Amino acid sequence: MEVFEAEFRQLEEALRRLRHDSNAKAVFLIDKNGQHIAAAGETEDFDSTSLASLTAGNVAATDGLAKLIGEREFSVLFHEGQRDHIHISIVARRAILLVIFDERSSLGLVRLRVKRASAELEKVFDTMTEKSTRGGADGAAEPSPFSEITDEDIDALFSE
Amino acid sequence: MTFINYAAKEINCKIVYYGPGLGGKTTNLQYIYNKTAPDRKGKMISLATEADRTLFFDFLPLDLGSIRGFTTRFHLYTVPGQVFYDASRKLILKGVDGVVFVADSQRERMEANVESIRNLEANLQDHGFDLLNVPFALQFNKRDLNNAMPIEEMYRMLNYKREPTFEAVAPQGVGVFDTLKAVAKQILVELRQR
Repeated sequence: MEVFEAEFRQLEEALRRLRHDSNAKAVFLIDKNGQHIAAAGETEDFDSTSLASLTAGNVAATDGLAKLIGEREFSVLFHEGQRDHIHISIVARRAILLVIFDERSSLGLVRLRVKRASAELEKVFDTMTEKSTRGGADGAAEPSPFSEITDEDIDALFSE
Repeated sequence: MTFINYAAKEINCKIVYYGPGLGGKTTNLQYIYNKTAPDRKGKMISLATEADRTLFFDFLPLDLGSIRGFTTRFHLYTVPGQVFYDASRKLILKGVDGVVFVADSQRERMEANVESIRNLEANLQDHGFDLLNVPFALQFNKRDLNNAMPIEEMYRMLNYKREPTFEAVAPQGVGVFDTLKAVAKQILVELRQR
């Protein structure tokens, strides 16, 4: 997956709105492979890398369960804690939206706002896919910054 | 598939450690975790059984610095090696950028090694990958054991496509970083050619 500047800002803006409208603590957007994409809210309270990896694992395992019983997917997961709760949903079939909320919000409100935000996020993902495919097809539109990577660059990563 | 965020200037790659049960995949990650500076690593997560066998996966995020202005992160995963966890193993290969195969050098584990490579090949295919085209490194672990099979014989049995191959004693770190480097390099070279 490739995320470009303009779409990244749009994703962040959509997440900020969702966080505000749902009164959630934090909102994370995660790639189905476990990579953190963007977030909004009290994100510094959470380890976003671990959160992304475990959420993707959780969704992958649940997807596996769905297939075992003949369902295409379970599109929404909800984990209820004593204080904080987690609402997980699939966006644009390839990303995961994770909302962490407490008693300042409710499951109903989160579900409602997530639905609206998902439609918005899906549009941004469509643009991203289109850009990525176009870049791959004509290639020359924007030269990849990685075409210039040298063996020295790579060795330097491991020098310490 | 490598995740590139042009806005945050980040490249994230996923490396999966594969191999038969009790071969040393988790030990590889533990050694890397212990030897990496705190500011270059995230939390290591192990989803294991009470008997410390990997149940779903181990996860270790590494931040190796930057390349052409992009922060380069490697997310290392292990799979559960035991045969009956195949459904979980397959899930972890989703979106993989490179694979390290940790083979157990003990003669009596050769059959398990061979079976595990075949399983890797099949599970990659289910995700639309061909092991021939995936960045790959092979590690012969447990070289310190008396019943370790000779290298040449192991190479003949296990080498898939003349991939870089390393001898290792994972608890002592022998060969651990060399193996990781070999697969990481292939991933970055592929990125350059994309």
